[in-house]
Amino acid sequence: MAFTAFSGPATAAAEPAARRRSPIALFLLLPGIFYLVLFFVTPLISLVITSLQAPDPLIFGQYVNAFNWQNYVTVLETYWPQAIRSGGYAALATLFALLIGFPLAYFIGITLRPYPLIQSLALVLVIAPFFISFLLRTLAWKQIFSTEGPVVGLLSAIGAMPAGSSITGTDFAVVFGLTYNFIPFMVLPIYATLVSLDLRLLEASNDLYGSPATTFRTVTLPLSAAGVMSGTLLTFIPAAGDYINASREFLGSTETTMIGNVIEANFLVLQNFPAAAALSLILMAFILVLVAAYVKRSGTEDLL
Amino acid sequence: MKGFGKYAIWAYSIMAFVFLLIPIVYTIVFSFNDSRRTNIIWNGFTFENWLTVCEAQGVCQAFGNSLLIGVAATLLATTLGTMIAIALVRYRFRFRSTTTLLIFLPMATPEVVLGAGLAAQFLQAGVPKGIGTVILAHTLFCLSFVVVTVRSRVLGLNPALEEAGRDLYGSPFQVFWRITFPMLLPGIVAAALLSFALSFDDFIITNFNRGADVTFPSYIYTAAARGIPAEANVIASAVFFLAIAIVLVAQLSAAARRRKLAKA
Repeated sequence: MAFTAFSGPATAAAEPAARRRSPIALFLLLPGIFYLVLFFVTPLISLVITSLQAPDPLIFGQYVNAFNWQNYVTVLETYWPQAIRSGGYAALATLFALLIGFPLAYFIGITLRPYPLIQSLALVLVIAPFFISFLLRTLAWKQIFSTEGPVVGLLSAIGAMPAGSSITGTDFAVVFGLTYNFIPFMVLPIYATLVSLDLRLLEASNDLYGSPATTFRTVTLPLSAAGVMSGTLLTFIPAAGDYINASREFLGSTETTMIGNVIEANFLVLQNFPAAAALSLILMAFILVLVAAYVKRSGTEDLL
Repeated sequence: MKGFGKYAIWAYSIMAFVFLLIPIVYTIVFSFNDSRRTNIIWNGFTFENWLTVCEAQGVCQAFGNSLLIGVAATLLATTLGTMIAIALVRYRFRFRSTTTLLIFLPMATPEVVLGAGLAAQFLQAGVPKGIGTVILAHTLFCLSFVVVTVRSRVLGLNPALEEAGRDLYGSPFQVFWRITFPMLLPGIVAAALLSFALSFDDFIITNFNRGADVTFPSYIYTAAARGIPAEANVIASAVFFLAIAIVLVAQLSAAARRRKLAKA
């Protein structure tokens, strides 16, 4: 499955030894590789070129190719609070997704193993959010958290919150939305590692007088580490670049702007293409460093 | 202690499921709301929205565009991705690790970067943005997911079956279409469904490359500022029910097959 994409070692072992050389390989590879070069590599080069452009001295709002690396300094000086906020929100959302997602994956992969039918239905429930519009789900939370909504009503009735105040537009609401939206990305890879975990290992640990906590720490957790790793990446990457949850029309406010919002605004609204491109490349570099560190730590050479 | 832990994980997981389902139930319930102008406050139950879906300005047009884009991008991505997946497992070639990296990187790149990159390229090349550019963009991000999904299926294939086909004087063409392809089909179908789901619900990459054309998610995004019509909830709910039905049928038939195999 695609969700184990980052977990590497589990699939690497299954690689067949006998591969042939053949011109057919070229025929199979070339169209797809050509596509990736044309629509992934060249856009990145376009971004680099755009990020170095300077304003046209003659026409206002136009940009000319230059080597204006100063753009990077400017965007970092202007938008460092949003950049740090994005990292913080994404890290918190990843942590909460792990806290909710790991027990859920354990429940489906191990607790429900004696009941295969319930197990597959539970798995459907985890992926169910994928089948309903991401934006409508987020708007549903916005309305649930709105000033007239049930949560504020309840909290102000018990005096935990002043009446008429709002939850939307706060750090809490944005992190909540990010956590909610990316939980399935956390659950699925962890489930994939736990579902094939040999239960006899847990029994053995128990027989050797390992307490449940010791068993978890020394057996379950190391054996599901690959899933936790790929789940963490699959949650953190989209969360760091997201701009829906933090947008003013959804769960955010002007106080919760993330780097995605800034890139979107600079590109599509302000038409300040160099700034948007420079920010995109900074975000990508940050994510790639993170991914490289992860891949290196997990010691895998096979990325897929 | 052990018994308590067992109850605790049941309770915790059921709470997590409820949490996951709340916005879905909310969206479906509000598709039946007798709303006048905005669909925020509950006004009473009605089937009206379901019967007159297309009367809301532009909803069905946006939905149609999303279907068209999803089908086109899925066909392209599934074809290109399946070919790459077969080559990766079955053949030896130079630049293998470069190829793997090239397939992996789009999955590790935030959508906003992919979207901005493609938009910058279309801008520099002077390509007008619209449905066509959205299809090209969606094909790109679906491609890597297709490769990963189909590749795991190719890895699980027993090469002896194809060898048997060759031994029985099957031409390479016959061996592929009669043996390899049918055995890969479940993986290809899974990849195609995943592609379609990714494409259909994508907003960020689409928003950078759609120009003036509207997809279903971009319709919702624009409408969010002035209030979503209940008809959008109707379409989302209908798609949800359809998708769940497909998945349930697939899961249950797989379970039935396993049971039959276990008996035999």
